[in-house]
Amino acid sequence: MALIDLANPTRFLALVNRVLPWLAGLTVIVFAYALYRVAYAPDDYQQGATVKIMFLHVPAAWLAMMGWGLMTVAAFGTLVWRHPLADVAAKATAPIGAAFTFICLVTGSLWGRPMWGTYWVWDARLTSVLVLFLLYLGMLALYWTADDPNRSARAAAILALVGAINIPIIKFSVDWWNTLHQPASVLRMGGSAIDPSILWPLLIMALAFTLLFFTLQLAAMRNEILRRRVRSMRMMQAAAA
Amino acid sequence: MTAFTALLLRDMRLATRVGGGALMGALFYFVVVSMIPFAIGPDLNLLSRIGPAVLWIGALLASLLALDRLFASDHDDGSLDLLTMSALPLEMTVAAKAIAHWLTTALPLIVITPVLGLMLNVEMTAMGYVALTLLAGTPALTFIGLIGAALSVTLRRGGLLMAILVLPLTVPVLIFGVAAANAAIVGPAPFGPPFTILCALSLASFVLGPFAAAAALRQGQE
Repeated sequence: MALIDLANPTRFLALVNRVLPWLAGLTVIVFAYALYRVAYAPDDYQQGATVKIMFLHVPAAWLAMMGWGLMTVAAFGTLVWRHPLADVAAKATAPIGAAFTFICLVTGSLWGRPMWGTYWVWDARLTSVLVLFLLYLGMLALYWTADDPNRSARAAAILALVGAINIPIIKFSVDWWNTLHQPASVLRMGGSAIDPSILWPLLIMALAFTLLFFTLQLAAMRNEILRRRVRSMRMMQAAAA
Repeated sequence: MTAFTALLLRDMRLATRVGGGALMGALFYFVVVSMIPFAIGPDLNLLSRIGPAVLWIGALLASLLALDRLFASDHDDGSLDLLTMSALPLEMTVAAKAIAHWLTTALPLIVITPVLGLMLNVEMTAMGYVALTLLAGTPALTFIGLIGAALSVTLRRGGLLMAILVLPLTVPVLIFGVAAANAAIVGPAPFGPPFTILCALSLASFVLGPFAAAAALRQGQE
């Protein structure tokens, strides 16, 4: 099935209804296995049990960034191909991405208290994730303000693209500004710096988080399509009355 | 006279004559910066240390304050539709409006900056550097804000939404602006790198801003 076939919301809904239960079931199974692996992962020799927070923190951070990437792709879909579902996808991603960013900030903050001795420091990575969170909130505010979904679609797409250009710039500028957070250690030149006993549970957890993200994403897209149908039905009803 | 300069002069005339409110931004800047010592106390050493940052925050808020009127009044009286349909590309139209806006609101801010610097106990040479970084950095604020102004012009509650959309995007400008000013005043880092990056941000937003703003206006017209 090509992407263009999914332009028909009814076909898309049929596909989602078929896929969603399986995806949700798979998410539960992978999550259970990931939690089991995390529970039996060894404590860090320096950080002790607080290393467990990392298993939630790192996947949340990855998905927070992936969320904006997804919105950027959807923005292209809205502006270039005028794909009718692109805006539905972008609108569904915004709150989910904001939620994962929030999880990343909260878990990082809880880890920072015993490790760095403070809940919050104005460090480069924390600050750039905070700005990402603010951008997500701006996106949500844009959707809240617009009363007509057709009108908000392209405005949101432009904001997503401007944000996509700006997020790397913000990241580099705050890196230069002030930094305390550890550098990248999973994906780096010369192999991972993390011991396999911790790396594998982390990767499985990341897979579980990704499955959760897409389950929520598809469910939110289905709800958004239905919400728009309800809206147009109500308007037809009001016009007929 | 080309359409570009005609539009530029029209906007400047509209801003400087009665009801235009060109100096409102400068006045707001003056009031905000004067409020800071009341909040943090009259300690002159502290004020001179945070002076450049206070001036930058004041300039950021003042340039944001005036931006929501950039397209709103033209949208209200319908002249925005005429501008959209004119032979001049919409990108050039919004660029002309943004340049006129910078000349009438940002430039007065930079002119009164030395006076405010005196009140914050910032030295005269340091004041020159702060004014220089503002001169290099405020175009970026105007052109990033241009995108937000274009996005919010057709939506309700535009003014507040614009601040939420634009402020996170101005983080790099604020960082490098204050970094350059502090490098010039206290050191030890050299003034050159942050200042050139600040100029680069202004130039990049000068190129990208009009395109994004024009695209945003076009979607609003449909």
